[in-house]
Amino acid sequence: MNNYVLLLPEFLVAGLAFLVLSGDLVVRQNRKYLLAYVAVAGLGIVLAVSLAYLWDDTEALYGGLFRIDGYSLFFKAFFLVLGGFVVLSSVDYVRRYLDHPGEYYGILLFTVLAMMLLASSGELLTAYISLELLSFGLYVLVAFDRYNPKSNEAGTKYILLGAFSSALLLYGISQVYGLMGTTRFDEMGRILAATPELSPGLIVGMVLLVAGLAFKVAAVPFHMWAPDAYEGAPTPITAYLAVGSKAAAFALILRLFSEALIPSVGDWQFILVILAALTMVIGNLVAIVQSNIKRLLAYSSIGHVGYLLLGVAALARVGEDGSVSLAASRLVVNGVMLHIVAYSITNLAAFLAISVVYSAPGKEEVSGLAGLGRRSPVVAMVFAAAAFSLAGLPIFAGFVSKFYLFSAAASQGLLWLSGLAIFMSFVSLYYYLLVLRQIYIEPATDPTPLKVPRLATGVLLVLFAGMVFLGVYPGPLVDAIRHASEAIVQSGSGLELVRSLD
Amino acid sequence: MATVDSYILFIIMALPMAGAAVILLIPGRRVAAIRWTAAAVALAVMALTFYAFLAYDHDVGGFQFARTWTWLELPGPWPLGFRGIELSLAADGIAVPMVLLTGVVMFTGVLISWKIADRPKDFFILYFLMLCGVFGVFVSLDLFFLFFFYELAVVPMYLLIGVWGSSTDFKTFLRTKEYGAMKLTLFLVAGSVLIWIALIAVFAEGGLGTFNLLALRDAEFSNTFQVVFFPFLIVGFGVLAGLWPFHTWSPDGHVAAPTAVSMVHAGVLMKLGAFGILRVAVFLLPEGADRWMPILIGLGTVNVLYGAFSALGQRDLKYVIGYSSVSHMGYVLMGIATLNPLGVSGAVLQMFSHGIMTALFFAVVGAIYDRTHTRDIMVLEGMAKRMGIVAALFVVAGLASLGLPGLSGFVAELLVFLGLFQTYPVLGILGIIGAAVTAVYILRLIAKVFFGPLDPRWKDQTDASPIERFSSGILVGFIVLVGLFPFPFIRVIDTGVTELLARVAGS
Repeated sequence: MNNYVLLLPEFLVAGLAFLVLSGDLVVRQNRKYLLAYVAVAGLGIVLAVSLAYLWDDTEALYGGLFRIDGYSLFFKAFFLVLGGFVVLSSVDYVRRYLDHPGEYYGILLFTVLAMMLLASSGELLTAYISLELLSFGLYVLVAFDRYNPKSNEAGTKYILLGAFSSALLLYGISQVYGLMGTTRFDEMGRILAATPELSPGLIVGMVLLVAGLAFKVAAVPFHMWAPDAYEGAPTPITAYLAVGSKAAAFALILRLFSEALIPSVGDWQFILVILAALTMVIGNLVAIVQSNIKRLLAYSSIGHVGYLLLGVAALARVGEDGSVSLAASRLVVNGVMLHIVAYSITNLAAFLAISVVYSAPGKEEVSGLAGLGRRSPVVAMVFAAAAFSLAGLPIFAGFVSKFYLFSAAASQGLLWLSGLAIFMSFVSLYYYLLVLRQIYIEPATDPTPLKVPRLATGVLLVLFAGMVFLGVYPGPLVDAIRHASEAIVQSGSGLELVRSLD
Repeated sequence: MATVDSYILFIIMALPMAGAAVILLIPGRRVAAIRWTAAAVALAVMALTFYAFLAYDHDVGGFQFARTWTWLELPGPWPLGFRGIELSLAADGIAVPMVLLTGVVMFTGVLISWKIADRPKDFFILYFLMLCGVFGVFVSLDLFFLFFFYELAVVPMYLLIGVWGSSTDFKTFLRTKEYGAMKLTLFLVAGSVLIWIALIAVFAEGGLGTFNLLALRDAEFSNTFQVVFFPFLIVGFGVLAGLWPFHTWSPDGHVAAPTAVSMVHAGVLMKLGAFGILRVAVFLLPEGADRWMPILIGLGTVNVLYGAFSALGQRDLKYVIGYSSVSHMGYVLMGIATLNPLGVSGAVLQMFSHGIMTALFFAVVGAIYDRTHTRDIMVLEGMAKRMGIVAALFVVAGLASLGLPGLSGFVAELLVFLGLFQTYPVLGILGIIGAAVTAVYILRLIAKVFFGPLDPRWKDQTDASPIERFSSGILVGFIVLVGLFPFPFIRVIDTGVTELLARVAGS
């Protein structure tokens, strides 16, 4: 029985999703927006329940398939909050442009469930199933704007490439299972630590795994789907794609790499270094020439994936003689998690601001922001703050998280790659400034004050406060992250590996 | 008193930020309330910087008013235990005059901006954020916060120039404010990329898990490391200090900026660059300094001469002042590069003196531009007939700039030259030639613009308003004060410089 209590948050979110989904059948059409508030209230309750029941609990369920620990709790809480924010920022958009709010929110809740499962998975197949649940929900949501051809196109592209990446991932998993006989992270770590030389088959399997995950997070050269999907999707879903799916994938990647793959870091580090360098360079350079704001933010978020991959590449320090040191690994894990949170808050704010400004979906040109500084000072201020935060400037969250992450990566011996990341942040500042020029300097084509729904203003201000708070006082969040990262770095193969090398 | 003193730097740094927050909450249409709030905050800050300057005990020296708050712990196997990132504030003899300078320029800048009609709320918020950054850099002992404030000081510039600035029409081509703003921001942030890389390199190489300057001072950086990373810091901070050949943002940016922003930028922000070289580069990497200073002194000499000759050829009043800033920052860089007490003290005093003087220059040019809507030297003639006080103020700034004895510029440049002759006599002569060229372009400018027959176009001009007189009067007071009684300043500066150089000599 005890096991079911540990799964309570997941059960509750699934129940909530079914409740909202079936609510669509019984609630009158003009009352359906209330379903959003039901979803938010439900997520709030689940958050409280998760924190109450799982606090300081560490267990592995079902033979290690499903892990309850500080790390998964941190991400579960994060995803629940995130889901709440996405629902709130969808309310107005859904009411104006989309049919079937119940299905929209229901599917959104299923993807939140998928992300929570992903954070807890301690083994490859559980992770795969969670990832598929997440992806299938997102396929539907991206194509949800049925009458907008761009949304349909985006959905199709996303499904085709997503299916391809799932195939890669699955093939990689089968290869790993075939050669190692296990899909559990901790056992994989133990086996890899005892294997000095990897067989070619295993290397192929790992490369396929990395490629499949790189598809999911849109790392270059597996990023082609992202800008189209981002552009066509309903704007709140674009935000969700940019934030939720990436945060969830990185929750898995961090656990997979630091528990299972860390012993063979010498073999995969250079792959990740190349991926990270390509991703941050190409994402930021291509962003410069975009004239559609959603595509611009899509490429900028690709650039951010590059920074996060830099953190994954820096999970261990590989000396020139092949020796491995994990001295600053926790610093790096904390940096990656901090950056995920900072990036998420910031991107949510940026996309919500965009969904408020543009009156018709499908025409989100940068020049449409002209004169926003006068049309709506609040939205303009929040977007400017988000742009500065994404570029990594104080007093916003992005500065602290980048500084933390890059310092950590540098102390793991990847100073040049951190330097490249800093330089690419500088490049990103250029295209953010071009957007800010439209907002504050150019005169408006349509000078009428912008009508912003009160709910959206409230959410924007909360996100703004979050950005500033994390930018000047990240202490509490970093403490939580430190507590969470203990679960994946101190347990498992990491420390054993250091001992075996001593 | 000691407990109050230890909070004073925090208050000075945080007050502009708090002021920005308060102004954010005032509705934008209540312009008078916004202006008076801004003036009150700036006045309070200036009073506190005065107090800090007077309370600094130059007999004791060292870092005073020190206070440290733990801000973020960094996990890891550090030899000294968890240190992490600290908000560690303290000021030494180099920082204290800079803080005073910032306080003075901040207050006069608010007064000069009294008439800003377009979105004054946003203007003052950004202005105060920028000044919070400036104060923060001068008083931070933790590299994280030093860099945090450094970026904070640089970034609002884009909007301040882009929104409130002015474009310059050169007949054949147009220098738009958007161009100036983008150029300035990209140059300065490119510089901060180099600084950032050097800082994380210092963190990684130091291996102490802390960014605290005083702790990192004891980390033994190898000679190779110092020699490799010193140029990152010199160029990174040098961009902001107007170091040739990375100075080109400075004239374009200063010209495009609104008056108060030019005052703060040329008066104080460029000093952040020179201060960063002293506080971070020389302080942490003395062996690197030893190796690279001969190069810096050469570049500084180019700065002096190149800036002076460029100023000679300008038609736009603000461009003249912009290039003269490049030239004068050259003296600062040369003084720093001598690495002897006379030269470095002279450089720091020059930072103070040039800050006040340039602020006065830009205030006066702004006053002329507000009235005539032109800055073209060819068009302005005989302005002294109608704008006697404005002309007098410009003459004071000009004479200080060319180094007339009795005004602040003379003392500072004299010290720099004395320092130079101890180490590099030839470059000292070149520096003096630069001062001579300065005299040529300043005197020509004064003769052309202010004296001679009055152009009938300008016969209806009014003289300086009471606000302009009051704010410029403060600046003139400092120019004369430093010129006649430099010793209170030199005494304070000297304690900071001596301690810094003892470290270079010891390496």
